[in-house]
Amino acid sequence: MRMIKRALLLACVLASGTAAAAAEEGAGAGADWLTWRAADDVTNTASVQRGARNFMSYCLGCHALKYERYSRLGTDLDLTPEELQKYLIAPGDKPGDYILTTMPASDAATWFGKTPPDLSLMARARGADYLYQFLKTFYVDSSKPTGANNLRLDATAMPAVLSELEGLKRAVFKEQQETGSDGKAMTVRVFDHFEQVAPGRLSAAQYDEFVHDTVNFLDYVSEPTQAARRALGIWVVLFLLVFTWLSWLLKQQYWKDVH
Amino acid sequence: MREVQWGWLIRYLHSTGASVFFIVVYLHMFRSMLYGSYKAPRELLWLIGMLVYFALMAEAFFGYVLPWGNMSFWGAQVIVNLFGTIPVIGPDLVLWIRGDYGIADATLGRFFALHVAAVPLAILLLVALHLVALHQTGSNNPDGIEIKERVGADGHPLDGIPFHPYYTVKDIVGIGVMLVMLAIVVFFVPTFGGLFLEAPNFEPANPLSTPEHIAPVWYFTPYYAMLRAVPDQRLGALLMFLAVALFVVLPWLDRSPVKSMRYRGMLSRGALALFAVCFIALGYLGLQPAEGIYVILARIFACGYFAFFLLMPWYSRIDKVKPVPERVVFHAHD
Repeated sequence: MRMIKRALLLACVLASGTAAAAAEEGAGAGADWLTWRAADDVTNTASVQRGARNFMSYCLGCHALKYERYSRLGTDLDLTPEELQKYLIAPGDKPGDYILTTMPASDAATWFGKTPPDLSLMARARGADYLYQFLKTFYVDSSKPTGANNLRLDATAMPAVLSELEGLKRAVFKEQQETGSDGKAMTVRVFDHFEQVAPGRLSAAQYDEFVHDTVNFLDYVSEPTQAARRALGIWVVLFLLVFTWLSWLLKQQYWKDVH
Repeated sequence: MREVQWGWLIRYLHSTGASVFFIVVYLHMFRSMLYGSYKAPRELLWLIGMLVYFALMAEAFFGYVLPWGNMSFWGAQVIVNLFGTIPVIGPDLVLWIRGDYGIADATLGRFFALHVAAVPLAILLLVALHLVALHQTGSNNPDGIEIKERVGADGHPLDGIPFHPYYTVKDIVGIGVMLVMLAIVVFFVPTFGGLFLEAPNFEPANPLSTPEHIAPVWYFTPYYAMLRAVPDQRLGALLMFLAVALFVVLPWLDRSPVKSMRYRGMLSRGALALFAVCFIALGYLGLQPAEGIYVILARIFACGYFAFFLLMPWYSRIDKVKPVPERVVFHAHD
């Protein structure tokens, strides 16, 4: 299991590495965005810690984690109460509190047309890869009220809040002939590649790591026990295998005289 | 799940256990079909077993609604609305089941009561009756021979062995194997790729947002595929109820003089194999969106499913059977 996870992780790192390399080259960048994968490694505590920092800095303004308490975060991420208080807990909140946003839901609905969803279970509902692709495919679109659009979630109500880090990029579409379900030929607009319009504070590789950490953190929050669950599972399965083997020996012994 | 000590383990044992229960029940039913255990004199045993199956389906459905995720909500919507297709009383019946004009808190409350008290008690009672009926006739065997007809000098069947210790120790092995599989799912893949826990159910119930594809959990998908294979909703619902109900009359559809597939001919064996293929294929198709080739395939496999039951009186009678031995010939672990 661990070997498989490691191999997967390695593949992810390699894949994200090539994606980042492609982004730096410019032409054709991002054409393969649907194949981008999240790091999917909640056992990497440092990464999850950085993700928690990213979340508190960039997401908590609008999104809550209403099923997760700060104190739980501290325990699971190996943080002392002092570190937790200093770096993660929002001003005015206590360690036992749930991680809630201060933005009133009704105002948010007025401002964005939709209340920003709670993110506690988002990684399980949509998948970590979805979140990774979502955070990496914002582009400038002046026809939208927020000035931004997204490939993963078209017409998203979320502004490109990470553009300060990532910079601004433009999506280049090409026209393609396709046969519709009615058999007629039609022209469809398909995404071709991204073009960097303005640089951000982070390089492409740094931004990629930023998103990986953030998604890793959301993956952890979606099921805080998952690392412990896997670690315990090995012993449970081993025990049951031995138990089954012994019971089979016992059965053989009893059934010896049945003809 | 999060704040109760070991709550996550309880949740996963419960959700995985539901699927494992159905795996065991489907294996149990298939074994009965393989060895003709439903045939005389065990019709009553089979009928009570079918009631257990129906109660289990109700239990699973009610339980699936309780987490109140978006798939819970829309699954309840689809299934409860099926009763609306009944002529005349349909709409009022649906209102009565829901206790409201939509799936709402009243529905949730009563489904909870049914899931934790009424239906489990019914299952307990039915299982007890299932065992009583079994004691009346005794177990069948892979040869399909009535062992009580050949009794030794001590009054015990010559080919029989006591349940304890023989079957108690044997069943512990089976339980061990199932527990290993259960533990692998619970600890390593609790969602089982969306088959045991569906991704849309991690979003709260939302009457305004329908999941992209509404699909029940895998154990209902064969019937769900048949429901969607028919363009007319009322006919589809009727076909689905019929598909489940046909199991009940199996003892009277089967006209074969022998019980076990061991002594039946190619017709019966082929039909059973075809049925198994159809059931699994329909189960797969029920998970796919109802469009294009999937609907056509579902229609073909639904025809195969019904042919197995409806043609049985004919093919089971003309099928060439082999002579059945007088004593059990199976040798355990030579």
